[in-house]
Amino acid sequence: METTLAPGGVATDLLPSPQPVQLLDPDGVLVEQAAGNHQYTAPSAERLLELWRGMVIGRRLDVQSTALTKQGRLAVYPSSRGQEACQVGAVQAITGRDWMFPTYRESVALFTRGIDPVEALTLLRGDAHCGYDPMAHKTAPQCTPLSTQLLHAAGAAYGEKRRGSDAVALAFIGDGATSEGDFHEALNFAAVFSAPVIFFVQNNKYAISVPLAKQSKAPALAYKGIGYGVRSEQIDGNDPAAVLAVMDAAVEHARSGHGPFLIEAHTYRMDAHTNADDASRYRTADEVSAWLAKDPLARLQTWLTINGHLDEAAIRDAEQEGEERASDLRDRMNAEPQVDPNSLFDNVFAEPTPQQREQQAMVRAELEADASYAEEESR
Amino acid sequence: MSTVTMGNALNQALHDAIAEDENVLMFGEDVGTLGGVFRITDGLTEEFGEERCFDTPLAEAGIVGFAIGMCLTGFRPVVEMQFDAFAYPAFEQINSHLAKMRNRTGGKVTLPMVIRIPYAGGIGGVEHHCDSSEGYYAHTPGLKVVTPSTPADAYSLLREAIADPDPVIFMEPKVLYWSKADLELPVQEPPFGRAAVRRKGTDVTIVTYGPSVPTALKAAEAAREEGWDVEVIDLRTIVPFDDETVVESVRRTGRCVVVSESQGFAGVAGEVAARVSERCFHSLEAPVARVTGLDIPYPAPKLEHTYLPGVERILDAIGRLQWDDVPDLTHAGASA
Repeated sequence: METTLAPGGVATDLLPSPQPVQLLDPDGVLVEQAAGNHQYTAPSAERLLELWRGMVIGRRLDVQSTALTKQGRLAVYPSSRGQEACQVGAVQAITGRDWMFPTYRESVALFTRGIDPVEALTLLRGDAHCGYDPMAHKTAPQCTPLSTQLLHAAGAAYGEKRRGSDAVALAFIGDGATSEGDFHEALNFAAVFSAPVIFFVQNNKYAISVPLAKQSKAPALAYKGIGYGVRSEQIDGNDPAAVLAVMDAAVEHARSGHGPFLIEAHTYRMDAHTNADDASRYRTADEVSAWLAKDPLARLQTWLTINGHLDEAAIRDAEQEGEERASDLRDRMNAEPQVDPNSLFDNVFAEPTPQQREQQAMVRAELEADASYAEEESR
Repeated sequence: MSTVTMGNALNQALHDAIAEDENVLMFGEDVGTLGGVFRITDGLTEEFGEERCFDTPLAEAGIVGFAIGMCLTGFRPVVEMQFDAFAYPAFEQINSHLAKMRNRTGGKVTLPMVIRIPYAGGIGGVEHHCDSSEGYYAHTPGLKVVTPSTPADAYSLLREAIADPDPVIFMEPKVLYWSKADLELPVQEPPFGRAAVRRKGTDVTIVTYGPSVPTALKAAEAAREEGWDVEVIDLRTIVPFDDETVVESVRRTGRCVVVSESQGFAGVAGEVAARVSERCFHSLEAPVARVTGLDIPYPAPKLEHTYLPGVERILDAIGRLQWDDVPDLTHAGASA
């Protein structure tokens, strides 16, 4: 992409809009986008309807997942309730040939990607580090270290480009992770190699308990892209129409050979960092209720309803599907899978080392001894 | 036959691997036009183009993380960390992702890549240019750790590293880059996990690797004058480790000295000593001795000769193996 320099030497083509792009206001009314460096138009009602349905189901599964922690079925769960527009919208803008690089908070994005919720939750249940096949879904394992996966996204996007494919990579990241070094290295590598990757920052205002004000002095996290020569945009992350519209532009930008794109989505996680954390220690009830009024799901549902794209029956139908999928998830999570300790040495290397084979034999002998002891006891 | 340096052999190995497999790429800082600060990538960009051997931004985590992503699309990257200590910013990528990805994903994602790291001292390098970091990598499950000591092994092991389905940390002893051998390339040496007996002997086994191999061989020659017939084993690959060759030798000689340039505490030499003690206890005539770098940061160039395990220290250790007098190995500070 040719960068246009304004008289002051500012690369205006790269600059985000002064205010987050918003197309659908919190009252569910489509609004004229405020003046910005790039203009976006609202996606079709058909696509917004699909997005809404994904959000309904995603939220229901997210709430169910949190409930599963209370029943001891999941070791931990980082909720993304309130961030559905980002997770569902971003995923709906890419296709099956594109790559996705999620963090541990992207459960709803994984569900939207078509990954079985049980497989998506395997990491958090504690059976294995990744329950799905990353190559089959073109979706990397959920990343726990912060921002390290962004470099993998840049590399995969560049690899696709080298292969002559037009596939892009979508990489999720939170606001706190923009402070990590790998974030900056990833933006720089992606820009230098013109890798078709979209860095999607869900700025949900807190990195566990540390607020954005203590994380960064940048006017907006979207400005961090400019220094690397990466076109950047900030959006109202609770506005599903803005998420989809700007994601469409980002995908088009990357797919057509213009290199990386950074999106900062201003959003809010309604729950704590995980079920294990007490959010009341670092934020007020007033703050939470103010964000409740900006709920992305209610907002889109209002617009769809008012404009005749949605009726009571369709809402009941989507909610019913959410209930069924939540119930299915609950049932299947109630089954206790047997994890075989003999498998511990599988997949460290293609072939175990002689030292691993020795240890494997030791574990096998221990297991056999335990089994025969248990058999004797039961007689 | 022609005279080949270790640097030539590594360059030829990269050249041949890139020529043979279109998925093999070489990248890192200064590896393109300059040909690497040690010229190991000399001429590759010229011959194969920037698509196959290219310069990257100066960011080690970036280089490794980017290579991991490229593996997802079927490439087999070989990346260069310019010097041992410069690789530390990439340690998280190496430890948390490179080493674990096959295991994390139940074998669905494999990362067939090589990280080349010029390492260790003896070349008068300034600080951060002489670290022996093999212990960190060997301690991380999922990484193979390789270090050649001859031009033939440099060629053969690097070709095998590039063909390997798992990530390989390829440690290049800087001090040996200019070592020579009469050799016809390509050459195929024994595979990973097979140590080499560099000198046969009957009285003492020295177990060593990489930059310390020539020093150990010199010490073995010197020891002959004192009546010791010393066997020298070069591990070649630290991971996987060749217990078999080491154990066979020590059971025969009854005495073992482990030589490593790395600082000794909690290092590879300690691991070797422990393995030998566990497996050869009844054959040992004396405790396993370690001759290593000192437990200090690698010193300034003018003092590196004091730091490095040299011939004299190895001979002293061999002398102690007579075990006539029990040496006082009590912590010096405690007895003073």
